[in-house]
Amino acid sequence: MNQMNALGLDLRAAAPEIARRLAWSAPLSVRICLVWLAAMAIVAAFADGIMPYDYAAVNLRERLLPPLAFGGDLAHILGTDELGRDELSRIVFSIRVSLFIATGSTLVSACIGTTAGFVAAHFRGRIEQALLALVDFQASMPFLILALAARAFLDDSLPVFIALLGLHGWERYARIIRGLTIGAAGRGYAAAVRQLGAHPLRVYGLHILPNVASTLIIAMSIAFPEVILVESSLSFLGLGVQPPAASLGSLIGFGRDYLVRAPWLVAAPAITISLLTLSVSYLGDRLRDHIDGASR
Amino acid sequence: MTSFVLIRLLRASATLAIVLAVAFFVLRLSGDAALETLSIDAPSEALSAFRAHWGLDEPLSSQFISYVRSVLTGDFGRSMRDGRPAAELVAECVPITLAITFPALLLGVALGAPAGVYAALRPGTGFDRCVMLAAVAGFSTPSFVLGLVLVWIFSVSFGWLPSGGATNWRHAVLPILTLAPSGAGTLARFIRNAMLDVLSQEYIRTATAKGVPWRRIVLRHALPNAAIPTVTVMGFMIGQLIAGSVVVESVFSWPGVGRLLAVSVASRDFAVVQCVLLLVTLTMITANMSVDLLYAILDPRMRRERATAR
Repeated sequence: MNQMNALGLDLRAAAPEIARRLAWSAPLSVRICLVWLAAMAIVAAFADGIMPYDYAAVNLRERLLPPLAFGGDLAHILGTDELGRDELSRIVFSIRVSLFIATGSTLVSACIGTTAGFVAAHFRGRIEQALLALVDFQASMPFLILALAARAFLDDSLPVFIALLGLHGWERYARIIRGLTIGAAGRGYAAAVRQLGAHPLRVYGLHILPNVASTLIIAMSIAFPEVILVESSLSFLGLGVQPPAASLGSLIGFGRDYLVRAPWLVAAPAITISLLTLSVSYLGDRLRDHIDGASR
Repeated sequence: MTSFVLIRLLRASATLAIVLAVAFFVLRLSGDAALETLSIDAPSEALSAFRAHWGLDEPLSSQFISYVRSVLTGDFGRSMRDGRPAAELVAECVPITLAITFPALLLGVALGAPAGVYAALRPGTGFDRCVMLAAVAGFSTPSFVLGLVLVWIFSVSFGWLPSGGATNWRHAVLPILTLAPSGAGTLARFIRNAMLDVLSQEYIRTATAKGVPWRRIVLRHALPNAAIPTVTVMGFMIGQLIAGSVVVESVFSWPGVGRLLAVSVASRDFAVVQCVLLLVTLTMITANMSVDLLYAILDPRMRRERATAR
């Protein structure tokens, strides 16, 4: 158990075992989640081919048509919205936008946090204390409040939005990486490479990073559904993705005004996003349990 | 212990200072309050009179200094929209928000804590799996989705409860039901893991071996020890009492702090936004510090560890 990390798990020894177990004897619930996530990823990747119509094509003669299951026709399987835009196309496009933002932001915050963790562990002293104060600050503020306040003055472009959400959870990565790096620095391999004269960037990037990667990935799997929740909440409030683009949250936000006349405008994106966050969270949960079990 | 408290206090005030500075500069630099409050078509004399009245024509640094000075003397400035003191506006909203968040917290604890404990006592069973699935669903379902589902069921379909507003207790039912599951889920999951951890400890095995009844082991040995890490989660949930309901308040048009913040951000009402941000930070910091202190009281090991670590 010498590879203990911040979560208290022996990941390096457990990883292949977990992969095997997940692949061959995964319970039905895990498999369903994996299939759903794979489907979402495929939809996001091939959105252009899947969308039956342009997501922004307005057709005022076909406003608020019901979905197929409620008396609609095959032309608009999930019905149309208040401007006659095809709901299925909009959902497909939104899945792409939501997943793109969540993936991008998770990567950004992992990069920021990892760098901050390395810097803190490398310099120690005052720089470390300053970074830890920032970590405390970030951890003590509810992210949604900060993002909400920031959203009002930043411009509405997608890169800015991703960068803003990229601040979500960086402090957790920073904490974990700092702890692991301080631990690793005292261990043989890092000291050996440093003795050989390797540049600090090389030590951290090529030697320590691969050793902490598994923990980092777990932390990302925990953060991913949270980012989706924050993004969709902001978009729901009208402060996230801006029209004509749409995310699952903004679809629900706009559909809300038609809850009585056209409940499907809320139902379809709501089901999609709930299943999405549920499967990611559930998989992360099971993953942690498996690692826990494997390391005990 | 004194140095431990002192360090916590120092960090807390550093956090407050960061929030104060960030809130001030970011909001001031972001847009012209005169244009936002009056209108783009307002005559230029009116705009400059507005700026002079609120001190917006002075350099940023002197604005900041006078701002900090007045905050330290308890004056948070006035709302630019209706001229009332910002602190008064915010103070009016706090009890309205607490009226839904506090019952939601209690409901969450009442549902989550026993569920987590029972699940930990029967790990791997169908009951445990159902509880954990429900817990994950609880904290991963977006609150606006849950809120709209409840509105659709109870307001649109059956017409039992109002979908928005805040005139009597019936209006609070749906917001509370929307807020509770996420707290319950988080708590259930956390308590289950804490209990499982404690139950695998050697002192539990010792107690079992010497013939202590299982009931007594759970109540006297396991629960108190599992409660210690739970304090952290509870602290976070208490810190969220003020700020955790922005989305839900917006779904149900509940006139609390969250909605005040959303409205003030949109209209760049600096004083109110800063006041809310400071209040939220203060609640979170107080909650975090109480957790740390409570930890030190409940678990003497922590006190020594922290004193040497920092």
